[in-house]
Amino acid sequence: MGQREGAAGLTTHAPQAAQAVTLPGSLDEAVAALAAMPWAVPVAGGTDLMTAVNSGQLRPAALVGLGRISEIRGWQYQDGHALLGAGLTHARMGRPDFAALIPALAAAARAAGPPQIRNAGTLGGNIATAAPTGDALPVLAALEATLVIAGPGGARREMPVSHLLAGMEMLRPGELIGYVRVPLLHAPQVFLKATGRTGPGRAAASVALVLDPARRGVRCAVGAIAPMPLRPLDAEAWVAGLIDWDGERTLVPEALQAFGEYVAAACIPDPAPEVDGSVTPLPPAVLHLRRTVAALARRALGRALS
Amino acid sequence: MSNDAATATPAVTGTAGTAGDAAPAPEALPHGLGVSLPSADARAKSEGTFPYAADLWAEGLLWAAVLRSPHPHARIVSIDTSHAREMPGVRAVVTHEDVPGTPLHGRGRIDRPVFASEVVRHHGEPIAAVAADHPDTARMAAAAVIVEYEVLDPVIDPEQAFEAEPLHPDGNLIRHIPLRHGDPEASGEVVVEGQYRIGRQDPAPIGAEAGLAVPRPDGGVELYIGSTDPHTDRDTAAAVYGLAPDRVKIVVTGVPGATADREDQGFQLPLGLLALKTGCPVKLTATREESFLGHAHRHPTLLRYRHHADAEGRLVKVEAQILLDGGAYADTSSEALAAAVSFACGPYVVPNAFIEGWVVRTNNPPSGHVRGEGAMQVCAAYEAQMDKLAKKLGLDPAELRMRNVMSTGDVLPTGQSVTCPAPVAELLEAVREFPLPALPKDTPEEEWLLPGGPEGAGEPGAVRRGVGYGLGMVHMLGAEGADEVSTATVKVHDGIATVLCAAVDTGQGFSTLARQIVQETLGIDEVHIAQVDTDQPPAGAGCRGRHTWVSGGAVERAAKMVRTQLLQPLAHKFGMSTELLQITDGKITSYDGVLSTTVAEALDGKELWATAQCRPHPTEPLDGAGQGDAFVGMAFCAIRAVVDVDIELGSVRVVELAIAQDVGRVLNPAQLAARIEAGVTQGVGIALTENLRTPRGLIRHPDLTGYSLPTALDAPDIRIVKLVEERDVVAPFGAKAASAVPVVTSPAAVASAVRAATGRPVNRLPIRPQAAVVTGA
Repeated sequence: MGQREGAAGLTTHAPQAAQAVTLPGSLDEAVAALAAMPWAVPVAGGTDLMTAVNSGQLRPAALVGLGRISEIRGWQYQDGHALLGAGLTHARMGRPDFAALIPALAAAARAAGPPQIRNAGTLGGNIATAAPTGDALPVLAALEATLVIAGPGGARREMPVSHLLAGMEMLRPGELIGYVRVPLLHAPQVFLKATGRTGPGRAAASVALVLDPARRGVRCAVGAIAPMPLRPLDAEAWVAGLIDWDGERTLVPEALQAFGEYVAAACIPDPAPEVDGSVTPLPPAVLHLRRTVAALARRALGRALS
Repeated sequence: MSNDAATATPAVTGTAGTAGDAAPAPEALPHGLGVSLPSADARAKSEGTFPYAADLWAEGLLWAAVLRSPHPHARIVSIDTSHAREMPGVRAVVTHEDVPGTPLHGRGRIDRPVFASEVVRHHGEPIAAVAADHPDTARMAAAAVIVEYEVLDPVIDPEQAFEAEPLHPDGNLIRHIPLRHGDPEASGEVVVEGQYRIGRQDPAPIGAEAGLAVPRPDGGVELYIGSTDPHTDRDTAAAVYGLAPDRVKIVVTGVPGATADREDQGFQLPLGLLALKTGCPVKLTATREESFLGHAHRHPTLLRYRHHADAEGRLVKVEAQILLDGGAYADTSSEALAAAVSFACGPYVVPNAFIEGWVVRTNNPPSGHVRGEGAMQVCAAYEAQMDKLAKKLGLDPAELRMRNVMSTGDVLPTGQSVTCPAPVAELLEAVREFPLPALPKDTPEEEWLLPGGPEGAGEPGAVRRGVGYGLGMVHMLGAEGADEVSTATVKVHDGIATVLCAAVDTGQGFSTLARQIVQETLGIDEVHIAQVDTDQPPAGAGCRGRHTWVSGGAVERAAKMVRTQLLQPLAHKFGMSTELLQITDGKITSYDGVLSTTVAEALDGKELWATAQCRPHPTEPLDGAGQGDAFVGMAFCAIRAVVDVDIELGSVRVVELAIAQDVGRVLNPAQLAARIEAGVTQGVGIALTENLRTPRGLIRHPDLTGYSLPTALDAPDIRIVKLVEERDVVAPFGAKAASAVPVVTSPAAVASAVRAATGRPVNRLPIRPQAAVVTGA
């Protein structure tokens, strides 16, 4: 985290930060610590939080470190779902055993930055930070994941991830994201991300697409182009109706193309006509973004059905 | 860098050693010129134990912080430092009122205030500085300085600078060169026109910018900084502090990489002021944000070109208008403009040239020296014009270039004859003939690296490959009458040679080269390089290949003088001239083998010293029509770029860059390869990702997340196809500067390849994805 001890014990970065650091060993201890110190800030991988601390934008009076809570660093199975610990790192989620379970989340985790970030950054942190470019978020939105929130006194409540990301529900004081419940769909899933360079970079746009053969559904979420992932529900329903779920599960290229454009137009709509009926065209950069989303959605569906 | 030396080096021709094998068989360690002597501090640097300025510490030191302007253009109504002064732990607060000497400084022209007093002219301009007992206290105190601004409209478009109210008493036009060469009425059968824009590259030095100022008992001050031009920085500091130059000493700490003027004087100068004021050592380590705000950037440039050619594609006339955005202060903009105008036609024979160049003042962050400045921007434009011309004539772009290349004896548009080797045709031929890399479809699928990266969205069906060419040139050493001189001292004692020379090793490898020169001349393997400070005589700035040439030449002369001193008594004793004696591996032998003794014996406990200077032939300023012998020498290279473009997403991956370069002579093959690879990669950044955006004059995202430097995955395979070793007779050792010309040329080559892949014009660097998309494909 860039802290460097000077010869006289001076540091060049944020020495007042974290007067108190607590390292609880269980989720309930962590919640208790937060309840005891309402001014404390929970920290998992710290990839976002500590940059804010080091740049002086945040001066937490106390930190509750979540790194030693082993119960949230793995996953377990629960009636057709995987219960993912919020402390799972991107590096762990990127491994092949995890990729066999939830391929799109594994792909997003592998794309989530350079190795240093993936080793530290966590699933829960990605959700809590809720950055528009958070790579796991469109995947969780497409999977319709549910958050298991730990509260004081061993309380557990659940909320859809989209409610938290859209601000419809908030975390209450003393609450922590404990687990993320994700359905195991046993079907192809794709996560695609467009960036400005070959090396790790923030998404300009990303698309997560999952097939749900049991419910005969296609679910798609577009990330990075809005404050939260966007779900083109009409496009999903339309394309799910085209797919022969009991047969080949393939679509003609024209249908893939149309799906891409449907998704893009839903996420980046044309501006409403003016009073006089004239339409202001979208600026070139926005048009390019729309084309990018269309290409990503088309490719994602094509790969999922191939 | 992803390129592997093992595959790059077999293609290197005419070198005495290769980057791959650092341990040749006969000797234990390589020594002398032409071998890959490793750098003496490489191990310490790779292990993290090498002390940079950010690691220095002194008893009782205070920490400094600089308050910088949040506005690109504002009038300062008042500055109130009283709150900051009263904060516990704050020892001094300085503003423009506390500058005892000249209130202005500047690298090229003295036009920049140490602290803004009445007006701020760019985002990040220093206004006040604080020294406190803790870095956070210093930063908080700097934030507690209350500055009342009257915000003014910034001039951010260089085209509007001509008409705008003067932003500075010196006016908005920093320099204008109307170059006229040949017949203005000349015209060709084929005409192509284009308008090009080049973005703002930041040198983004990876090591933290830092400095430590220590007051001296005699009332002077010592500055420990990563300066690349210590004597100029000392003279500037002394003038600002109102001290005699000998009261200010600059000690150069390790420079953690510099491709531009290394440090920002905006914090260096306040450091010394605070040390003088408090009587305590004062230190500052710049944050990445301050670093982006403080130091000079590459000139954003607007270029309009018209090329006339005959039906065979031979150039008849080039007309161009070049507008450089100098930012708020002049810095070295004038020199950048001279390079841009002089090399506006590139390494081609152009009988008639009419080039108007301007560099203007705006409220954007100041531009200055970033290697290849001026030459890089025009290269991107003239090579785009060559592609356009080839398309119009239906010629192969490489063939069109071949019909126009310059060679020794040809005349530049400045009227200067190219007297140095100019093997441009040979360079182009070498990259043209080099085998092309395999297409993705011919390699196993798991090895594909498509645009967008390993986990990216690339799809083979949407990927088009393109091959493009770039030819570039750049001058070496200072131009237009700048006095180029370097002084070096060589000492021999106890079988160890020491070099004292104020040439800063900015990462270009001068200290390794100096060791090689002394090894070669004196046959002494153990050579130490003294730390650089301003008590040594000046050696000039570490840029434009100056030290290889001028300081290397001075070291060689001094070493030769020591050699004569060492051998003279022996030669005299045996009645032969010193030329008939030779030194190898610490042994002195005569040509006939009669005499054989060791250097240690010949020294007999004596200490030998010699000091010498090197001063290349003088140059002259460009005159009112842009004519004159302004440059000491020039270097050339040819690059063939191979790119893959995802034509739906517009993402570009540079697959391979094959480079052939005119180097004069290879002095250290490994170091040379590293410099070329680094330069080429920096050029890939300009071509694809690096652009410091300044909407409304404000630097957006001053961090390395927002400013995308090339990573290992972005760096292509770099093939050094040929190093042409045609010695430049006027240069010591015949060697040419090698670092700048790959930076100048590789952006143009990448753009040319993207043009070939997409058929789009690609008129702007960095290339935005929108510009590389093929719609309706």
